[in-house]
Amino acid sequence: MNACTEKTIPVKVSTARTIEFAIFRHNPFDEASEPHFETYQLEEADSMTLFIALNEIRAKQAPSLQFDFVCRAGICGSCAMLINGRPGLACRTLISQLPTKVTLMPLPGFELIGDLSVNTGKWMRGMSEHLQTWIHSAEVSNFDAMEEKMAPEQAEQIYELERCIECGCCIAGCGTAQMRPEFVGAVGLNQLARFKIDPRDNRTDAQFYEVIGNEHGVFGCMTMLGCEDFCPKELPLAQQIAYMRRAMAAAGIN
Amino acid sequence: MLFKNPLSSPRGPAVMDMLQSVSGIILALFMWAHMFMVSSILLGNDAMYWVTKMFEGEPIFGKGYPILVSLFALFILSLVVLHAFLAMRKFPATHRQYRTLHNHLGGIRHTDSYLWYVQVFTGFALFFLASVHLYQLIMHPADIGPYASSDRVWTGRMWPLYLMLLFVVELHGGIGLYRVLVKWGWFMGKDPKIGRKRLTIAKWVLTLFFLVLGSLTLAAYMKVGYEHQDSAGERYQPAEYSQLHSASQGEND
Repeated sequence: MNACTEKTIPVKVSTARTIEFAIFRHNPFDEASEPHFETYQLEEADSMTLFIALNEIRAKQAPSLQFDFVCRAGICGSCAMLINGRPGLACRTLISQLPTKVTLMPLPGFELIGDLSVNTGKWMRGMSEHLQTWIHSAEVSNFDAMEEKMAPEQAEQIYELERCIECGCCIAGCGTAQMRPEFVGAVGLNQLARFKIDPRDNRTDAQFYEVIGNEHGVFGCMTMLGCEDFCPKELPLAQQIAYMRRAMAAAGIN
Repeated sequence: MLFKNPLSSPRGPAVMDMLQSVSGIILALFMWAHMFMVSSILLGNDAMYWVTKMFEGEPIFGKGYPILVSLFALFILSLVVLHAFLAMRKFPATHRQYRTLHNHLGGIRHTDSYLWYVQVFTGFALFFLASVHLYQLIMHPADIGPYASSDRVWTGRMWPLYLMLLFVVELHGGIGLYRVLVKWGWFMGKDPKIGRKRLTIAKWVLTLFFLVLGSLTLAAYMKVGYEHQDSAGERYQPAEYSQLHSASQGEND
């Protein structure tokens, strides 16, 4: 009898969990649409991300489900949403790390396009135009000449801050930004810090103070640290805000 | 000019932000120093008596001047008023802001955001608790001492206020100091993420230490006050001190 067991091929019993997704549904362009939650069930697969799960739900259960994605690799910042109340990127969230009940909501603080899709681009453009997050230089660039050299450490420092993908998680994770929609948020302050350390940008601290030396800018930050803790790119946001706060405090009293 | 009409000047936000941090740091450090002084009762009545007389300026002037305590308490009260005025700007103001905040906090389940809200609640409570405590001191600066303080705590029924004040002020000050360091990026070390973790641990250790010390201290005053309730109002006279005092007076005579 025992000899038999050696030849037995073990039957693979599926241990995959069935996940219940409660997804926020609303189409603001349809007057008949009321905001509500709809639930969908899906069997978990190996290495499944939330982005893959959403695509399966849309393919098989809810063809009208709206959510954003482009790169599926945490680079484009489109698929940010509230996952069980916390901001994060769908493509960087493994289903295996989630409980069996998952609630999905669009990022708060941004204009709703529909369901899980929000217009972060509009917000980011407004912020960028307000803070002027580009190089300000009086010099006329000669595109035929060699670029001026930059110390590698400096270039790395700029590159580190440049990694921001404008996904909006820092705005959704920030109590200040939620309560006070005019607040420029960690994304705005980080971008100005990036231009402040850039030697090609000729703006003075006094000029930076004009745009962020107020309570919609750096002095509005209440150090709740949601930006730092929910940034999917793990940018040193608290450090950058502290850096700008010190610089703006000095600029403010001089 | 730093203080030239900060409310209307574009410097206002910078000045207000810095003053909020500076007043908070002074108050929090003072609060810890204060706890050490007050806890001298744990070393005995004579130790607490000595601390009291030191603050009344006796080692310098040869005689205690309780008015010094009044003036210092007035200074602390003015810092509390300044700090409260500045911190109030950060409070949620409307129903809509409270609702948004509660939805937000409930969803993200995030420690440092919770800590901020604890600051709002404890700060609000301190408007009242700290004011009562400081007004009493400003008006009755001489009523500090092993018996005088214990009678105030027990017979004067101040212990419920002090018990609330202890927990509220220790939480507020401890969280506040941690947050102000992260806010300005001080003492964060080479890796700010590790630095923040270290500060968090240090903060809770200190808070726990001062809560235990404070509870023991309050219990000690309650005990002394309870035992002394029949002769409440009587002042403490350290045996050694009165002997020395009368001896030196005898020499002068």
